[in-house]
Amino acid sequence: MTARIETSTLPAFAVPRLPSLSHAAVTRLALSWPLPLAVLLLWHLAATFEWLPPQILPPPAVVATTFVDLVRTGELPDNLWISLGRVLAGFAAGGAAGLVLGVAMGLSPTTRDVLYPSFRAIAQVPSLGWLPLLMLLVGLGEALKIILIAKAAFVPVALNTYQGLRGVPTRYIEVARVYRFTRWQLLVKVVFPAAFPQVWNGVRYGLTHAWLALVAVELLASSEGLGFMIVYGRQLYQLDVVLAAVVVVGTVGYLLDRLLTVLEQRLLRWRHDAF
Amino acid sequence: MTSNTDWRALVLPLAALALWYALTALQLVDTKLIVPPGAVLDAAWQVASGGQLLAGLRASLVRDLSGFAAGSAAGILFGLLLGVSRWAERLVGPTFHTLKQISLFAWLPLLSTWLGTGEAAKVLFIALSAFYPVALNTFEGVRGVTRAQLEVARVLGFNRIQLAARLILPAASARIATGLHLALLYAWLATIGAEYLLGSSAQGIGSVVIRGKATFHVELIVVGMLLIGGVGLLLNRLAAAVEDRVLHWRGPGH
Repeated sequence: MTARIETSTLPAFAVPRLPSLSHAAVTRLALSWPLPLAVLLLWHLAATFEWLPPQILPPPAVVATTFVDLVRTGELPDNLWISLGRVLAGFAAGGAAGLVLGVAMGLSPTTRDVLYPSFRAIAQVPSLGWLPLLMLLVGLGEALKIILIAKAAFVPVALNTYQGLRGVPTRYIEVARVYRFTRWQLLVKVVFPAAFPQVWNGVRYGLTHAWLALVAVELLASSEGLGFMIVYGRQLYQLDVVLAAVVVVGTVGYLLDRLLTVLEQRLLRWRHDAF
Repeated sequence: MTSNTDWRALVLPLAALALWYALTALQLVDTKLIVPPGAVLDAAWQVASGGQLLAGLRASLVRDLSGFAAGSAAGILFGLLLGVSRWAERLVGPTFHTLKQISLFAWLPLLSTWLGTGEAAKVLFIALSAFYPVALNTFEGVRGVTRAQLEVARVLGFNRIQLAARLILPAASARIATGLHLALLYAWLATIGAEYLLGSSAQGIGSVVIRGKATFHVELIVVGMLLIGGVGLLLNRLAAAVEDRVLHWRGPGH
């Protein structure tokens, strides 16, 4: 964190980095394939020779066909959109609340003293612990899912924002005092940029946790969405549907995380320009 | 911490408690849905003396800890292997990093199809939840060993086992501790999740809560939630204390 701040104040090293495929990168790429291919082959063999019944382990080709079918009939995209909508709504609500609380606790010692212990206590109960109570209070509807996802995103965002703000080295603030920054300038030009990496970390964790909570809550209480597809497929012993949905869950999780990484680089570039 | 801070920390919980009590005492809400605090206390007393919840708690803890132990042991070995061997990292690393993106709970239906809804599926699921953070942090910790440190060990003529035991593991210990800490929290989440999703016939605190929900015993649910949270808090504290102890030799300055 400190290193980043320090380099960002240096003159820009504007050496454009070309995306070159070096020898090492090609080797890395080539070596990453044997294991998945071996597993796929083993899976295929197990299915062909019926080491396991096909209800338990459908052949990879069947899973692929099912996947294409699910996409073509619109079943997979429909459920995917529903899940994505839920996760974004919950993440937006929980993340925003987490940012507000984190900033409030980070900037005001009084707020921290009053709220932090309770916040810690609430954070200790795993998201799923709230589920049965919430089910009774708000029913099985959309509100339940959004609240639970929001809670899952809220905790890491609030915690990291708070710790990021508290962790701003006092010497930065002293320098700002020397320059006679106003309170606002101090916040916008020193405190927030310095805390940014950790706050962003919190946002990333928040999104990861939101996705985790989404899958869990859809497995437990839902009639649509990716999690529901998994439960439904399992109940009908259609493991091909289950596996196809699991692959999508993994891919979306990966893409969401990538998205935030790319965004971070964008935002950091903006910071370089600003300094 | 001064007594002043302690006092202010109680403001919010006490206010919430007072609001809760007032709402139920004045019958402003459906007391079947939002049970009065007294009923929760009664329920807590009953389950404590009846032993239902405590037996469930014990079953959950045993499950949690066995899954945690298995998963984190595998995680340390795996992370060590990946960190030490370039070949292992290149062959297995990409697959590992891809698989870890699959949301934990998506594994549950698969595991239950393959292993049934018994103890094996639950413990394996908990182990899986502990495995990822430990493996990842161990790997990164091992990667943090510097070339200079390695060269000193070479000069001293360390063999492979000495190298692992005297240099690599101690150097990575802080990261491994972080991984174990995370794994402890994830394992507890997974324990509750597994008990919710894999049948409520088995013993376990999650099963008790789900039964409470099914039979509309709100006070039982609240007691269960408090216990789940309490255990989470305790595990977290315990991990922090152990971490301080074990990493004590690092001293300040790190």
